[in-house]
Amino acid sequence: MSKFYLKVNGKKYEVDVDPSTPVLWVLRDHINLIGTKYGCGVGACGACTIHFNGRALKSCQLPVSAVGVQEITTIEGLSETGEHPVQKAWLALDVAQCGYCQTGQIMAAASLLKSKPNPTNEDIDTFMSGNICRCGTYVRIKDAIKLAAKSSTK
Amino acid sequence: MEKIQDNYSRRSFLKVSSLTGGGMMIGFSWLANLIPNEALAGSNVPKEWIELNGFIKITPDNLVKLYCPNPEFGTNVMTSLPMMIAEELEVEWKKVIVEQGDFDTPRFKSQFTGGSQGMRMAWVPLRTAGATAREMLKQAASNEWDVPISELTASNGIVAHKGSNKSATYGSLATAASKLPKPEKVNLKKIGEFSLIGTPQKNVVGKNIVSGNSLFTMDFKYEGMLIAMAIHPPAFGMKLKSFDAADAIKMPGIKDVFEIQVYKDGYERASFDTRAFNNLVVVVGNSTWEVMNAKKKVNVQWEPIQTKKETILSWGGRKQEEIIPGGLESTDNHLKQMLEMQKKQGKVLRKDGDPEAAFVKAKKIIERTYSAPFLAHNPMEPISCFAHITEEKAFFVAPIQIPEMIKQNIIKNLDIPADKLEMKLARMGGGFGRRAYGHYIIEAGHISKKMNAPIKLIYSREDDITNGVYRPTYMVTYKAAIDENNNVTALQIRGGGIPEGAVHENRFPAGAFENYIAEGWSIPSNITIGAFRAPGSNFIASAEQSFLDELAESIGKDPIDYRIELLKKAKSNPVGKNNEYDVDRYIGVLELVKLKSNWGKNDKNVKRGIAAYFCHNSYAAHVVEVSMKNRQPVVENVVSALDCGFVVNPEGAKNMVEGAIVDGIGNALYGGLRFDNGSPFQKNLNQYRIIRHNEAPKKIDIHFVQNNIDPTGLGEPPFPPVFGALANALYKATGKRFYNQPFINDLNKI
Repeated sequence: MSKFYLKVNGKKYEVDVDPSTPVLWVLRDHINLIGTKYGCGVGACGACTIHFNGRALKSCQLPVSAVGVQEITTIEGLSETGEHPVQKAWLALDVAQCGYCQTGQIMAAASLLKSKPNPTNEDIDTFMSGNICRCGTYVRIKDAIKLAAKSSTK
Repeated sequence: MEKIQDNYSRRSFLKVSSLTGGGMMIGFSWLANLIPNEALAGSNVPKEWIELNGFIKITPDNLVKLYCPNPEFGTNVMTSLPMMIAEELEVEWKKVIVEQGDFDTPRFKSQFTGGSQGMRMAWVPLRTAGATAREMLKQAASNEWDVPISELTASNGIVAHKGSNKSATYGSLATAASKLPKPEKVNLKKIGEFSLIGTPQKNVVGKNIVSGNSLFTMDFKYEGMLIAMAIHPPAFGMKLKSFDAADAIKMPGIKDVFEIQVYKDGYERASFDTRAFNNLVVVVGNSTWEVMNAKKKVNVQWEPIQTKKETILSWGGRKQEEIIPGGLESTDNHLKQMLEMQKKQGKVLRKDGDPEAAFVKAKKIIERTYSAPFLAHNPMEPISCFAHITEEKAFFVAPIQIPEMIKQNIIKNLDIPADKLEMKLARMGGGFGRRAYGHYIIEAGHISKKMNAPIKLIYSREDDITNGVYRPTYMVTYKAAIDENNNVTALQIRGGGIPEGAVHENRFPAGAFENYIAEGWSIPSNITIGAFRAPGSNFIASAEQSFLDELAESIGKDPIDYRIELLKKAKSNPVGKNNEYDVDRYIGVLELVKLKSNWGKNDKNVKRGIAAYFCHNSYAAHVVEVSMKNRQPVVENVVSALDCGFVVNPEGAKNMVEGAIVDGIGNALYGGLRFDNGSPFQKNLNQYRIIRHNEAPKKIDIHFVQNNIDPTGLGEPPFPPVFGALANALYKATGKRFYNQPFINDLNKI
């Protein structure tokens, strides 16, 4: 066990965990941020997507020992009020079915829009294909990303 | 207005029956439940909430809380079911608070999410619950103001009397109303009189979902809660022999490592008690990562199982024996076994006319064999369950589709008296049938008892995929006799599966052919299976609809016109008995999809396939449009026509159909679980292929047949015909027919 100091959503946390512990489980089990979901543990589904230094990353593949002073943002920190343009677009188009993967989808989408404010269909397909939605809400997710893009660039 | 009489309850008391066209129906006497007022009046009514019946609570300051009886796994029941109550209760939907009901089937009567039954079973009871409460509130006002109830109106949560200009909120009337007797009869609005039902309404927990708030079992926390994971045999046909936990127990954060026996010896399983492995090694610790690591350090010895018989209590209390054979099974061997079965006559399920003679006389015979692999459900949230069992009570937070079905199992295998059982129904991160099988609740219960602590059992994705309860593997052969005038004179369907088949002998096109025979068989297996979105139908529809396409082509007919021709024949001159479909509704979706897809238009880059199917009481037809890019299919568009009766929530309904289409395309192209030496080959989502963003249809265009039929269900019906429509489109795009799922294997050979 080792002590780590993490900056998550602008707040500082101290955790005492095994250095190999993935950030996913540090968030969920140790600092009670459960919006980041476990889906596969092998970086194949994207349910655990966070922003690491502002870019989308699968937190199940990031050991806590590799974080250092770099900044982590989770769905809880995407916006203070849950009203990030991507979240608003998700609600406007009623994207979710079961909802389990959607926080990961939203984090990925927010990251995409940061680097490409007006993504093409191909940009969306390429960037989002690491995030599985077993309920099959992909068409709505694509529409929601475009809606968020439109509302952000207004 | 339609009059709903109280004798509704006396007509149906716990009635379990098969439904025409598949699925099952459980009829409960819902209205018997709508009388808690006598029992509650003056006694245990919480001061702040006045309960008018099992589904509605109102506070004196006029907050209205509606309970969703059914567990939610993404079909949107939590929004659509309370809409039915609100419509008749006459309250403002936007001000209503919706809550998931806990497991309390005596109170809610039915808490069943599965079989596309949610809307259908709730349609009359939930509206009646709303109307009953509304009438009681009006009666309370009538008593207070001393005016006839017939002069009162109720809307937006207010009862008003025009004559005296009096009005009162529901909140102010609720206490008095709760002490009144239940009205004998209530009036329900007819379709066409609704103001809320039939309008698109958004998911009531949408904001919680996009904010990442705690909703799922995986998210549940409890003071002193420990994390548990279980180790199960690496292969079907194996069982636990012994284990050595000396290294694991020394790992940081680990509390204990022990064995559990899930079901007692001799326990007679009910239909939803399926579980693959009865003896598990459990690792319990402080945190998930610590337990995951310690799990790898347990040294476990496995041994082969012997062939055994288990008694199963099936629907309606019928006992049947199930053979669980020993041995390590493999996909290659399954295919050989199934091909062998296809050579022999199976059990004749239905025979019309003289098919043998027709085949002898045939000018031409078309015979095609179709197959599909085992599928894992892979809900995004892996299997999990919270349990805290103490002397006082047995408390669970469980993701379970049909909680009532696990109750006896809990009582018998965990030795918990029924009155001590308390279960919260967590939102489920996907169900698809997988969470109808609640063995994990029993597992969690054993672990909590052993640890004498609150625990959360978590399956890793690997545990989830390799633990069984799969869609079976299937094979079927369709054979048609064609005479010299290009008439189809006979049809033979022979098929089965491991460990169960999918031939539905009374479904279309039965009834349309003079000479018809359907045969079925099955081969026992130690690989466990369970319901998977439209069980049976999801395979047989793909084969049937591909075969009809090929048949139409071979006799020179348009595939939609040919289907309609057969359906008309089945209506005007039906062959045989028990034809389980409504011809007009079937033709209705075909004609609608033909119109909306502009069938017949030509685009040289985009190729189209059609399929339609009826199951679980509703009708679906899809036209799938594909183009080929780098020798891989691109689904450009899917046009769908559905007849599920009246659509309660068009927004939720559309979303679910979109999901079924994506699910169908994904499983048809990529789905499949392979077995080698009894062991699932794909163990995680980097190996088990699930459809992704870039493979999803570019566009989906959904149309509902507008009618006044009571809702007939939608979770499953759109799913089965997707496979066939895609196969038929792929044929047009590649010139090859696709007989074996997943299609990607044959696509990659082109």
